[in-house]
Amino acid sequence: MKKLKLTKNLKDNIITYGIVIAAYIIIQLMSATGNISSLMQGLLVPLCVYVILAISLNLTVGILGELSLGHAGFMCVGAFTGAFFSKCMQDIITIDILRFILAILIGAVCAGAIGFLIGMPVLRLKGDYLAIVTLAFGEIIKNIINVLYIGRDSRGFHFSMKDSISLGLESDGTVIINGAQGITGTPKDSTFTIGIVLIIITLIIVLNLIHSRDGRAIMSIRDNLIAAESVGINITKYKLMAFSISAALAGVAGVLYSHNLSSLMATPKNFGYNMSIMILVFVVLGGIGNIRGSMIASVVLTLLPELLRGLSNYRMLIYSIILIVMMLFNWAPKFIELREKYSIKRLIKKPKEVQ
Amino acid sequence: MAALLEVKNLGISFGGLRAVDDFEISIKKGQLYGLIGPNGAGKTTVFNLLTGVYKPDEGIITLDGQNITGLKTIEINKAGIARTFQNIRLFKDLSVMDNVKVGLHNHYKYSAIEGILRMPKYFKTEKAMNERAMELLKVFDLDGEADYLAANLPYGKQRKLEIARALATEPKLLLLDEPAAGMNPNETIELMETIRFVRDNFDMTILLIEHDMKLVSGICEELTVLNFGRILAQGSTSKVLNDPQVITAYLGE
Repeated sequence: MKKLKLTKNLKDNIITYGIVIAAYIIIQLMSATGNISSLMQGLLVPLCVYVILAISLNLTVGILGELSLGHAGFMCVGAFTGAFFSKCMQDIITIDILRFILAILIGAVCAGAIGFLIGMPVLRLKGDYLAIVTLAFGEIIKNIINVLYIGRDSRGFHFSMKDSISLGLESDGTVIINGAQGITGTPKDSTFTIGIVLIIITLIIVLNLIHSRDGRAIMSIRDNLIAAESVGINITKYKLMAFSISAALAGVAGVLYSHNLSSLMATPKNFGYNMSIMILVFVVLGGIGNIRGSMIASVVLTLLPELLRGLSNYRMLIYSIILIVMMLFNWAPKFIELREKYSIKRLIKKPKEVQ
Repeated sequence: MAALLEVKNLGISFGGLRAVDDFEISIKKGQLYGLIGPNGAGKTTVFNLLTGVYKPDEGIITLDGQNITGLKTIEINKAGIARTFQNIRLFKDLSVMDNVKVGLHNHYKYSAIEGILRMPKYFKTEKAMNERAMELLKVFDLDGEADYLAANLPYGKQRKLEIARALATEPKLLLLDEPAAGMNPNETIELMETIRFVRDNFDMTILLIEHDMKLVSGICEELTVLNFGRILAQGSTSKVLNDPQVITAYLGE
């Protein structure tokens, strides 16, 4: 009995990793044979970014069971700290991959630390209240970065919250973060391969966490807080753990995102609440708590607007209709029944149990 | 023999309502103790006070010589009190096995890093946890359903799983809040045997709230009767159940 369950988890995980690796191989084959449009080529890294964001948000929403609308804020922290590091170290560390790995680590640690700091007060709230407060914090992070000026010259670093002139740089100085104009000239280190590797690392962290002692504690808080407390689970510790890991992974996505752009700005479009809500849509549509589902949903929903580009003005209309239809049907009992009937698993296995 | 649980002068008010007043109890190690009373008498409030869900306004709670008054729920659980709930509170979306493993949380440890990187200690500890959880499930005849989601268990088994989870925390004192609620007579008899078995085999002290008089008179050695937050009668089961005051409180004039 026990063995059966372990293998079931294992099988599930293998399918999840398998999908990622298969997608990678297919895309690589397509691009090697020249069957991929330049538009798609440009979408590959953002796709990886969204997949990582969706997986990491699912840790907060699906596994911890708390609604967070500030995920883009953590991504923003990761993006800017990572890009800042790369920009500063561009001349010192010349090995691109090493510099990028360090940037990812720094982005993750900074985003995780911000997540920890924000999580301490806000995780006392529940449900809608938590959602509103995280939304506000996401916006605050974005707005702070919008007025942040950091420059460097021979005397070291200079900070300002006013404008680039008040940095008082020497003639040899450069402005690294230029307020609303953000960071320009970040090395373009992000590639599809690194994106896929990061997705797999994210999956390993999240899936292994879920199936460990700490993951069980986190899920027990989601299922019944009072009962979890009564069996001696430290609620604050595990809420913060899940929230910070989720923020750190969003930071990783941010670093990947920022190293794919020549100029990085904190606009409402990329780090605003629209982004947070879009990630939440990926998670909800893919199934709350379903890691593989949120991966697939984020890919489909990112590709859809691009594939519908030919329909010009009707594009977003059709996109939203498809979204509504998928929401209605994806979890409808009849549809689930149908899906189980024709699922790959059933076709492989011999039909034994029919409920 | 010294008492395992010693409660003196316990009281709490909610606004103007005196929910529990001057509550005293002394439970010896290995005893099966019943807490009964009409609806709204304050029985569950007493449980909530003992487990730190509410902080008492006054009074002292001592467990095994340790003063646990005003501690947090987690600390009280670590000190050795585990409980079940009147309205079942399982981890519904976890498997039956995982429910018990959450109960084992504080006794089998490895760090989050060891869990994520799947280090040897993870496999060793998880194996030990699985074995221990299976042992507990066997006691309650739940080993066949170990992989089921807790929400999918039939009602009676959900009650048993709650007891198994509470026992997993290795308590000194087990509090059962209406364990027989919603059970049919056959299930109740089976439950009585399970409770006795737990007391004998786990060397457990049990305090239970119950309305089912057959269960109470069948297994409890001593009783405390609460009415309107105050103690109406206390003592050995047969004596208490024949007390005219108790009969009046339960059945009316």
